[in-house]
Amino acid sequence: MILQNVVWTIALVGMGLVALGFIHVIIQAGKPADQDATRKSTRTAHALQAWLFVVLFVGFVAGSWATLRHFPIPPQHDTLDAQQVVDVVGRQWSWQMTPTTVKAGSVVEFRVTSDDVNHGFALYAPDGLIVTQSQAMPGYTNKLLHTFKEPGTYTVQCLEYCGLGHAPMKTTLQVVAAKGE
Amino acid sequence: MASLTMYPDDERLAGGVRAAFNLYIITAVALFVLMMLIGLIMRMSQAKWLSMPPDLFYKLLSMHGAGMVGTLSLATTAVMWYFLRKYVRLHLWAFVANFVLFLLGALCIIASIFVGGYGALWTFLYPLPVHGVGMWTADSSALFMLGYLLIGVGSLIFYLDAAAGIIKVHGNLGRALGLQWLFGGKIDPDHPKAVVASTMVIITNSLGILAGAVVLVMSLINIFYPQVVLNALVAKNLIYWFGHMYINATIYMGVIAIYELLPRYTGKPYPISRPFLWSWAVSTVFVVVVFPHHLLMDFAQPRWLAIMGQIVSWGAGFPVFLVTAYGALTNIYRSNIRWTMPSRLMILSMFGWAAGIVPAILDGTIRINSAMHNTQWVPGHFHFYILLGVLAMALSLMFHVIGSRANAPPNSGADKMGFPVFLIGGLIFVFGFLDGGRVSVPRRMAEHLQAWTFTDKIGSIGAILVVLAMLYFAIRITVGLLKPPSPSPGVVGVGTTNAAG
Repeated sequence: MILQNVVWTIALVGMGLVALGFIHVIIQAGKPADQDATRKSTRTAHALQAWLFVVLFVGFVAGSWATLRHFPIPPQHDTLDAQQVVDVVGRQWSWQMTPTTVKAGSVVEFRVTSDDVNHGFALYAPDGLIVTQSQAMPGYTNKLLHTFKEPGTYTVQCLEYCGLGHAPMKTTLQVVAAKGE
Repeated sequence: MASLTMYPDDERLAGGVRAAFNLYIITAVALFVLMMLIGLIMRMSQAKWLSMPPDLFYKLLSMHGAGMVGTLSLATTAVMWYFLRKYVRLHLWAFVANFVLFLLGALCIIASIFVGGYGALWTFLYPLPVHGVGMWTADSSALFMLGYLLIGVGSLIFYLDAAAGIIKVHGNLGRALGLQWLFGGKIDPDHPKAVVASTMVIITNSLGILAGAVVLVMSLINIFYPQVVLNALVAKNLIYWFGHMYINATIYMGVIAIYELLPRYTGKPYPISRPFLWSWAVSTVFVVVVFPHHLLMDFAQPRWLAIMGQIVSWGAGFPVFLVTAYGALTNIYRSNIRWTMPSRLMILSMFGWAAGIVPAILDGTIRINSAMHNTQWVPGHFHFYILLGVLAMALSLMFHVIGSRANAPPNSGADKMGFPVFLIGGLIFVFGFLDGGRVSVPRRMAEHLQAWTFTDKIGSIGAILVVLAMLYFAIRITVGLLKPPSPSPGVVGVGTTNAAG
């Protein structure tokens, strides 16, 4: 399941529901209502509002629990014990990465920092989609964990605007299959 | 409660007041067209329909960002002033001072970009302003920051004058927000929604501007005394605290137009209520503390801040969906509304805001942010609720005011053509960005891969339509504002409101 496609689907459904609500009201808006009809529609609107609140609140609680239960950012002050470690330094306008080859199937810890300004360390899969990212900030080292599922040539692209050479600030990371695969 | 009279006497513009309002609006619509043209040129460059060197692209991007944020603030400040002056005493000098300081600040920004070559964008993210590497100098960054300081001082003067006026009438800002009615008591039905919204904006945006002033002064010290090194994470927090609140304030100033004008066009009262007061009280807190969602990929940020950023981003949807947009829809439902330019723009603005925050809320989720942060998903969602939301709110007041010149809401054949061009163009434009985010196209990038140009081309087509519509709106509004006011007061009751439409 590709995260971007899931997000796209949820966004389209959400925006579509909002649009349907507006279209329904716009179609009804040109019709007059007498006092009785107005009173009735006001009562219905209040009931619907209460239900909407309940639905959104349940979604809020369930969604927060589902997305934060396992916190997506690794602890930054602990030793992460990853089997592979890649040190990453960004500078205007190149990446220094050591090593430049990792194995698929086991977790990689990226230690990301910057020598000058803020950069964005984004990993693009061979299919052109971002798989994960972190900021590279001067004075800080961000620890990012990722397990590559597929071997291939991944592209590291700066994703935080950093001046004239921002777009060409990229390099590659080779992900090879683990032994025995 | 907001008036049901279409053009009440206490909103009439005359003499210096009219001149000041016209200056704000005509400047704003002219700048909107110019900034949109810059945006269009950038999208066409990304689509490879025209060629542009990267340094020019980033200068234009800096101009577009700073220009649009500033112009939106200018236009929505005029919205807040237009209605708030009915309920509290506002001094014309403060309103004019804000305009003058805005112009001076804008001149500094324009000079820093087109003379000094500044290209560190509207976010001036430390320490990029002192790392131009030949494209710009630290002096040009200082001039850019001076421009921001001037604009910020102008906004503060306006807010302080408004705060003084509100406190004089309501005793304190808490009572103006209606906090005394949150848990019980009979709500004063005449307590103006415009006062509640204005109070929220004064509290939040003053805090934001002060945060901005702190980081601007710190950055200026760093420019002139490089041995004084700032903490990049603290600077980034302050910048986004300021930037987020400054742009959010435009929504909350703009929505005052909906509260005030919508009932006139539907002929239905739009009373204040406890859920309304709760939504504004909650929004006051949320707007102040939601900014960490801009730093979700800064893992050095304390964990609790990231969690707060996500939870508050999600929670911020409640007041918008359940109170503001829902309340507007309830007011419109079976109201026998006649569609004119102001009413069309009002319903569009509610849709733009409510629909646009769906992808925004998704992006405020840490897991999703790891794939969408700094992709075109971000300009996709903020253009959605700014272009089709906030701008539409401001335009609804502008069209309403030019309607007051003729004692009838504008609804010419050209208006009927212009509106769908704006709507359809706007939707194509924002979906071009959102689809770019789906396929991981980075934002703020001059050179695009060939594989990314499809969505750039779609976005450019939408942008052309938006620019054409906005150009028409700008001419129509400017000509309308410069027309002499109608001789009669134009007091049109509810019964004739719809007929007028």
